[in-house]
Amino acid sequence: MIRRQRLASGALALLATLAAGLAFPGAAAAGEPTGAPKVDLVLDVSGSMRTRDIDGGTRMAAAKQAFNEVLDATPEEVELGIRTLGADYPGDDRKTGCKDTAQLYPVGPLDRTEAKSAVATLSPTGWTPIGPALLKAADDLDAGDGSKRIVLISDGEDTCAPLDPCEVAREIAARGIGLTIDTLGLVPNTKLRKQLSCIAEATGGTYTSVEHTDELTDKVNQLVDRAADPVVTPVATEGAAQCAKAPTLKSGLYTDREEFSQQRWYRVDVDPGQELRASVSVGADRAVNPDYGLLLRAVTTHGREIVRGEAAGNGRTDVISTGLRYPKAESDDDDAPAESVCLQVTNAFSATSGVKTTPGMPLELTVDVVDGPSQASDVAAFGLGRGWWLLGVLVLVGFLAGLLWGWVSRWRVAVWRTN
Amino acid sequence: MRFTRVLGAALLALGCAAGPAAADSSPSPSASDGGAGPTRAGTSFRTATEIEQDQRATASASAGDYLYWSFAADAEQRPTVRATVKLPDAHTAQTWQVDVYDGLRRRQACQYGAQTRTAAQGTASIDLTCVLRTVRAWSEPWADDPLPGTYYVRLTAIGLPAADLGLPVSTSVEVGAVNIGGGAAVDGSLAEPLVPGIAVTSERKDEDSSRKSAVLSSIEPDGGWSSGWWSSRWVWTGVGGILAALAGIGGYALTRGTGRPTRVPPGA
Repeated sequence: MIRRQRLASGALALLATLAAGLAFPGAAAAGEPTGAPKVDLVLDVSGSMRTRDIDGGTRMAAAKQAFNEVLDATPEEVELGIRTLGADYPGDDRKTGCKDTAQLYPVGPLDRTEAKSAVATLSPTGWTPIGPALLKAADDLDAGDGSKRIVLISDGEDTCAPLDPCEVAREIAARGIGLTIDTLGLVPNTKLRKQLSCIAEATGGTYTSVEHTDELTDKVNQLVDRAADPVVTPVATEGAAQCAKAPTLKSGLYTDREEFSQQRWYRVDVDPGQELRASVSVGADRAVNPDYGLLLRAVTTHGREIVRGEAAGNGRTDVISTGLRYPKAESDDDDAPAESVCLQVTNAFSATSGVKTTPGMPLELTVDVVDGPSQASDVAAFGLGRGWWLLGVLVLVGFLAGLLWGWVSRWRVAVWRTN
Repeated sequence: MRFTRVLGAALLALGCAAGPAAADSSPSPSASDGGAGPTRAGTSFRTATEIEQDQRATASASAGDYLYWSFAADAEQRPTVRATVKLPDAHTAQTWQVDVYDGLRRRQACQYGAQTRTAAQGTASIDLTCVLRTVRAWSEPWADDPLPGTYYVRLTAIGLPAADLGLPVSTSVEVGAVNIGGGAAVDGSLAEPLVPGIAVTSERKDEDSSRKSAVLSSIEPDGGWSSGWWSSRWVWTGVGGILAALAGIGGYALTRGTGRPTRVPPGA
């Protein structure tokens, strides 16, 4: 059943990506968020939240106090919702317990009193179905094109295997709705830390371990404020396997997915006298081997490489990125056609064993076509000189010229005089 | 008489020559008087918090976060990025690193400075520094020389034991720049600085300037981007020309003596 659900959600995610790719093939410039920023706070209300180990109170009390303060401080423009997991079913049946997630307060304009009284009713109860809760939370935030953030607060790892919440997070990210999941672990152990940081990593979010109530309040406030910051929303596109079929992009910010050792091709039209600037970053949203690379090439339609950008690195990283510039020379012909430049993106990431390779890793592409630079005809600015050697040479040459001139005129006077 | 004239010319030459030298060694802004900057950091290139030069930006974060700031650097500047990480009381050995990327998200090399440092167990804080190369007004597309535009600073722990993941840390970043002056004035210039999204931004500005919207990067240096035509090379070359002319007059005067030749009888 759970296996089937996972398959279904995977297929859905795939469909969504495809649909997004089809809907905006080479859409115009990157859009800007017009909808309100949305935040869904997902709170673990499982039985273990009863433990008294945060500042002398229960974990639940700490979470409630933090929520009250956060609700007071939430900026006006943010639409906030609250979802619980494990709040209702106290029984032992895993199947039922793992479906136990409910919307406590719907995502929308915030009524602080109402939200607070809803929070006050919570009492620690059931299981910890993180994966299903995340899927539902993603559905809560689905509409609109503002920035979207899930803040997950939990004190125990997911008890509903085999649905790995980490893979769920990756599938949510692959839907292309621009959603970030930040996770907070209350009194964490190694296993919880691993799971929550994996969820955060999968969506470009952050993981924080919390041991005090004020830390929890500060962090959630910080995350809600972060959601309120206006950010450029990238346009979803889908690169092709070869240049001939690649989508044509204009200036803007684009997002795509690229699998391990996959090639992605895009095209950009560059008029004579214009400069193409492209930068690309590929995110390591899962466990990858610590040596990796990225290559971005600008290639003519005939396959000749114009310029490339390369990057390589090792160690822990979120993204690897590189970029290139291609100034196309001016043409004497006024109506010379624009050149179609192919951009090829390849990555040299490799997955550690046991890591799923689909969906692909998030790829972000920035394209700017601007006026071309004024070319340098000399090393120095306008060929001007500088320094004591220059002054010395000029003085010496001037002096010698003066002497010569003087002697020549003296000689001429002498010749004139003798004649 | 002849001697005083030559001496006068020499003095004049000295006075003029001191001019360009003074213009060239413009003072570097002191890093100590950094004003308070933003108190947060972004978590990706897209959300990087913009800071100004000589401003101290702080952010509370968790170990393992990738923190991004961005600043503007103009031609002839040599930026220096300084970052400080205050670690919690109890932690194991952690390796932190500061990386700088240019407006094309290309990693920029640090000439010197401790870019990566490992904090031993129990160390209270670590300082990281990265001194970039001098920003040039122009370079060939195949080079990755620093160009005027946006620069991104990424501060993160690159080596982190699982036990330290998510621990609270507080970080601060400050960017200063030394003005190198005419020595770094190269020929050629970019039509637009290397600011991501500038093609979209300038298009939108033409359409409607009143509408405020999210942009990838909107920072500019104090007083805007330099136009690129002025450099102290004009002063050096101009003064050189004047000196050459004066030296020429001096040389000519040497051959002519003082006014009338002494052997010529008066009234000739």
